[in-house]
Amino acid sequence: MFSILRSMGLTFLHAFHKRDTIQYPEEKAKLFPRWRGRIVLTRDPDMGERCVGCYLCAAACPVDCISLQATEDETGRRYPEFFRINFSRCIFCGFCEEACPTYAIQLIPDFEMAEYNRQNLVYEKKDLLINSQGKYLGYNYYKVAGMAIGGKGKGEAINENPPVDVKSLIP
Amino acid sequence: MATIYIDNVPYEVKPGKNLLEACLTLGINLPYFCWHPAMGSVGACRQCAVKVFKDEADTKGRLIMSCMEPVRDNIRLSVDEPEAKEFREHVIEWLMTNHPHDCAVCDEGGACHLQDMTVMSGHNYRRYEYKKRTYQNQYLGPFLNHEMNRCIQCYRCVRFYKDYAGGHDLDVFAAHNHVYFGRHENGVLENEFSGNLAEVCPTGVFTDKTLKQHYTRKWDLTMAPSVCQHCSLGCNISAGERYGSLRQITSRYNGEVNGYFICDRGRFGYEFVNSPARIRKALVRTHLPEAVTKEVALQEIWGELRQARLIGIGSPRASLESNFALKALVGENNFHLGVDENDQDLVDLSLKILRKGPARNFSLREVETADAVFILGEDLTNTAPMLALAVRQSVRQQPLAQVAQASIPFWQDAAARELVQDKKGPLFIASITATKLDEIATATAHASPDAIARLGFAVANLISENSPVVTHLSEAEETMAQQIADALKTAKKPLIISGCASGSEAVLKAAANIAGALCEQVKTAGIVLTVPECNSLGLAMLGGHRLESAFEAIQNGYADSVIILENNLYRCANKTAVDSFLGHAKEVLVLDHLHHATTEKARIVLPAGTFAEADGTLVNNEGRAQRFYQVYPTPEDLQESWRWLINIGTSLRHPVLSNWKNLDDINQALAEADNQFKGILAAAPPAEFRIAGQKIPRESHRFSGRTAMNAHHAVSEPKPPEDPDTPLTFTMEGYRGEPPSSIIPFFWSPGWNSIQSVNKYQEEIGGHLHHGDPGIRLIEPVQTNLTHYFSEVPEDFAPLQNHLFMVPLYHIFGSEEQSILAPGIAQRAPEPYVAICEADAHALQLKEGNNLDFSLEHQIIRLPVKINNDITKGTAGLPKGLPGVPYAELPAWAIILKQETTWKHQPQIIS
Repeated sequence: MFSILRSMGLTFLHAFHKRDTIQYPEEKAKLFPRWRGRIVLTRDPDMGERCVGCYLCAAACPVDCISLQATEDETGRRYPEFFRINFSRCIFCGFCEEACPTYAIQLIPDFEMAEYNRQNLVYEKKDLLINSQGKYLGYNYYKVAGMAIGGKGKGEAINENPPVDVKSLIP
Repeated sequence: MATIYIDNVPYEVKPGKNLLEACLTLGINLPYFCWHPAMGSVGACRQCAVKVFKDEADTKGRLIMSCMEPVRDNIRLSVDEPEAKEFREHVIEWLMTNHPHDCAVCDEGGACHLQDMTVMSGHNYRRYEYKKRTYQNQYLGPFLNHEMNRCIQCYRCVRFYKDYAGGHDLDVFAAHNHVYFGRHENGVLENEFSGNLAEVCPTGVFTDKTLKQHYTRKWDLTMAPSVCQHCSLGCNISAGERYGSLRQITSRYNGEVNGYFICDRGRFGYEFVNSPARIRKALVRTHLPEAVTKEVALQEIWGELRQARLIGIGSPRASLESNFALKALVGENNFHLGVDENDQDLVDLSLKILRKGPARNFSLREVETADAVFILGEDLTNTAPMLALAVRQSVRQQPLAQVAQASIPFWQDAAARELVQDKKGPLFIASITATKLDEIATATAHASPDAIARLGFAVANLISENSPVVTHLSEAEETMAQQIADALKTAKKPLIISGCASGSEAVLKAAANIAGALCEQVKTAGIVLTVPECNSLGLAMLGGHRLESAFEAIQNGYADSVIILENNLYRCANKTAVDSFLGHAKEVLVLDHLHHATTEKARIVLPAGTFAEADGTLVNNEGRAQRFYQVYPTPEDLQESWRWLINIGTSLRHPVLSNWKNLDDINQALAEADNQFKGILAAAPPAEFRIAGQKIPRESHRFSGRTAMNAHHAVSEPKPPEDPDTPLTFTMEGYRGEPPSSIIPFFWSPGWNSIQSVNKYQEEIGGHLHHGDPGIRLIEPVQTNLTHYFSEVPEDFAPLQNHLFMVPLYHIFGSEEQSILAPGIAQRAPEPYVAICEADAHALQLKEGNNLDFSLEHQIIRLPVKINNDITKGTAGLPKGLPGVPYAELPAWAIILKQETTWKHQPQIIS
């Protein structure tokens, strides 16, 4: 008997507690920067596409919902010819972000992507690519990797000596 | 067998090998870079270090390079010893100090030996904080990409290119830590086997440039075991597809055929599959629009062919099944082989020689171990490239005896080559013009086909008295014949190579006589005959009437309609004859995968699958039946030729074809119909084959994107495509262990993502695959003591006034019909020309590049002259199959037209 009264009392007390429920969508939830929501493709500090089409995100994806095709511009810089994420399959696990060697693919705190038509959940590159560096500022993969691209020749990356003169006899 | 102790566990291993090979054979993971099973050890990379102990009591041991240490009985070694492990980790750390860290944009990534070995050695954190060495790259032609920063200086590339493949234009430059592997200047890599560098290089320095145009990681490819279609050798390949287009060809190890390598035509010729010239829809010319669905096409065919008197024309580049299905559909009496008259005679003769002759038809592996070789009338580098590579290894056999005498194991590559120096075993070449193999030959003769045959007959006569005598030989020919006969007689495993390329029956007969004569004395003598196309021998075994008789049948009204199977008739018969044939036929139905002159004339064209979209069996020049598998599912309209023929047969209510449903049914019927094809059922497992109830997947377990790759068309995923013809699936589901050797889609093993994982599939390193190599030999020599000799010795060649004797010349890049449609191959193909010797050019008052007008088989041809002094006076070389060079049955006499002749006809272009 006592326990029933106690329970009722406790329940009644909750009426005066601060509400956990928020009035979504009028009121927005507070999400943190590392919250794993919608996937975007970011750009490097020079506003070049960060994605180099290495296929690691696709390989890491446990539901195989990422598909892309790498291609190259005339200077040798790689980028995805198409990049497609099927969000109707995505489980927002963030493995793709973890696998990405260039910080290109990032999960951002946005989850408002519901659709009435499932086909609309297939995002192409134009839907994914944003004009921002996202969460990771200042990183430019091509400044580190030894590939020559337009505007960066051999030996011009970070921690690189100028190219060897093969015909030199100097020891 | 020797007993070795690895980490105190005794193992039985084969003596004579090195410890690295022994460890890998036993399945122990030991990292390595510079060692390659085909090229031996040099101990350059220091990666395969292990500890060796004196005896059981020895606990200290010493570090040795396992690739440099022979297997000794009771040797005790440790792979897992901490100091050895640490040493290997340090070595790879050093190798990585200059690594550019560009795996994400490196084509090798995911199939990279350096990645695998780094993971295997345990190195995972970069401590070196100084600057990296960098290099400039070179342009190496349309096939290979160069990214020198990734180099780890293992020297495999130059060892393969120079030592193994005999190339001259790739070398190592500079010194100390500036060592550079490349050409002396930018330019196309000349060697015909350069593509193998992409596989030989353990990193991404040399990568496949054609793959780069549509780059896909190895794990994303849908792969199937296939057989190369670009010459008669039948090298095994793995073909990979992504997003509906063929992406890459890699060599598929076969211990009996191609081993680790393939030629550039085989590796880079695949792009015809993605060509815009592909036929992708059934076409009915009387319809508007022409492209129709499968049902409409079959309806149309039923309407037209129901009453027709049909003949069928087969093809040497179509599978055995397709040819047999056509033969069954039209009936044995109406089946014609779609090959030119001369080729048919030559292939029939080759088949007869292989069947009735006493000499064994060598596989490529056996060619490598032959110790004296005589090549008659073949330019192997251009007609059967991998055979040329095998011959290059065979000339090492005799000098290696000296190496064995000095107690140096063969795999001690640097020591063996140092001892051998430039010594070469006997190799004799009698060819129409200079060949690339001439540089390693003991003696060469460049002569007309008849003179080559006479030399051959003379050699046969010198070996055995029973062979016919050749009279009126010049002194030079006599000495050479004597030299060749002596070398062949003293050899332990002599080999005669000839084939259809010279276009001369006499040459083949001479080769058969030598082989026969040798077999009277040396039972191990062998013979290799090349044939024109990938399934020429299979088609000849199947048998059929001549193409000429097909023409006559239509013209004389014995038949009114024709089905042409995967064949461009303009490449195997005279233009006027084909025009009149196709004009007279009421219905012309062509099944092919590419548009060409014949499909233009056809009323109904059906889209046939290429090797990548079809299953089938090919018989190579050795008589080995090998199965190739469909790589990727195709839209319903595009299907195997044999399936089209079954569809047609079913709609016509054909008593036999109506009962066939899949590939196995055809093979069963073929094996029952013809005794010589009994073996093909054993060439590959049937479609019902399962391991643990499962099929074999064509895709790796890491295959990505399957819920997204077609999502832009429809987000709901369709049912996975089924494969009723083979024990393979088009998906990643299925049995993950090792499949039987003939259905290995790709080589992979945990920790071994690169092609080097083939180690895990071999009985012993560099030997046969587990459970035997793929393919079944359908032809074995007869054991007889009575050799039959051909007696028709030809007269020597005599020039004719105002005439040139046109002989065929071949080009690895250009002569083959399909590969020429690959842009890279087309770039390497020569311009059309006619080759004459300087004396003739002088007599005709022509200079290099001037046009020569001649009439050949009633067609007037104008081609620029190329001076070639190896061509016999009075003969001229006409490049066979090259675009821009019209078809003519060669060899044949051409009449030289005077320069003043009014030019009436434009030179005809064969597409």
